[in-house]
Amino acid sequence: MSAVFLVLAAFLASTVEMVEALTIVLAVGLTRGWRSAMIGVAAALLALAAVVAGFGPALTLVPIDALRLLVGGLLLVFGVQWLRKAVLRASGYKALHDEDAIFQREAEEAALAGRTRGALDWYSFTLAFKGVFLEGLEVAFIVLTFGSTQGSIPLAAVGAAAAFVLVAGTGALVHRPLSRVPENSMKFAVGVMLTTFGTFWGVEGAGVSWPGSDLALLAILAFVLAISLGQVRMLRWLRARAAPVGEPAMAMAVEP
Amino acid sequence: MKYIEGFFRFWYDFIVGDDWRVAAGVVVALAVTAALARTSVPAWWIVPVVVVSLLSVSLWRAARGRG
Repeated sequence: MSAVFLVLAAFLASTVEMVEALTIVLAVGLTRGWRSAMIGVAAALLALAAVVAGFGPALTLVPIDALRLLVGGLLLVFGVQWLRKAVLRASGYKALHDEDAIFQREAEEAALAGRTRGALDWYSFTLAFKGVFLEGLEVAFIVLTFGSTQGSIPLAAVGAAAAFVLVAGTGALVHRPLSRVPENSMKFAVGVMLTTFGTFWGVEGAGVSWPGSDLALLAILAFVLAISLGQVRMLRWLRARAAPVGEPAMAMAVEP
Repeated sequence: MKYIEGFFRFWYDFIVGDDWRVAAGVVVALAVTAALARTSVPAWWIVPVVVVSLLSVSLWRAARGRG
């Protein structure tokens, strides 16, 4: 059961990050040409491979309880802030993530930026490298932490690889930002899963056994999901109550 | 120096995010759980309860424009 959760969580989290990286690469590639952008992507993937090769094996040397406490704590902190943002988005207190708007802005900035003389367009290279490397670091963090605490980095990598094939393949086919991916709902789901895993592993790492063992994961998941949905409802109600009469309570700006 | 600062800024924003109180609360909850694990007091419930409370307070602050 936890293996299914592991692959699913790695897949969803990786998809969200990869969609964001794809938007940046598409905006640069379509407005300034593909060569330098793709060199930037390749360089970022090489740098990421070096980071994973360096830290991955090191994590397997740490005793499992210490690793679960450390990684569970990190995942929990990370997961709760992810969930916090997702609840604020779902309730209208934070702007929704809009890939079309981000693509538009990145493309406008890329078109306006000056060009350097020489074989490589450094603007394209840097932007593509930065986008893929930073979003990729987040994917690497999730895969390494999920995988190492569950004792199976390859299984978490399967989820991330599936996301890569899906997002990169779709991006190559459609050549448009993947704005139809339900990114905000996926971020909500990932926030719930990260918080669930972080709670489970953090408590186990602290030396406490869960009643019901692995089945506790389901109970924590249901608990976190119910609380989060309840908070969305409550915040929506608060927002509607605070909005002046005649003004739409759920009006949202696009997140930059 | 700029790159080192940027590196730590990235990881701080990535992991801790907008509300450092949540991160601090999680660390305290895990420490209390670890301390209680050495006694006969059941401690599995502490982290879920603390996490939900921290999330609620943080959301409330954000909704009130203070977070």
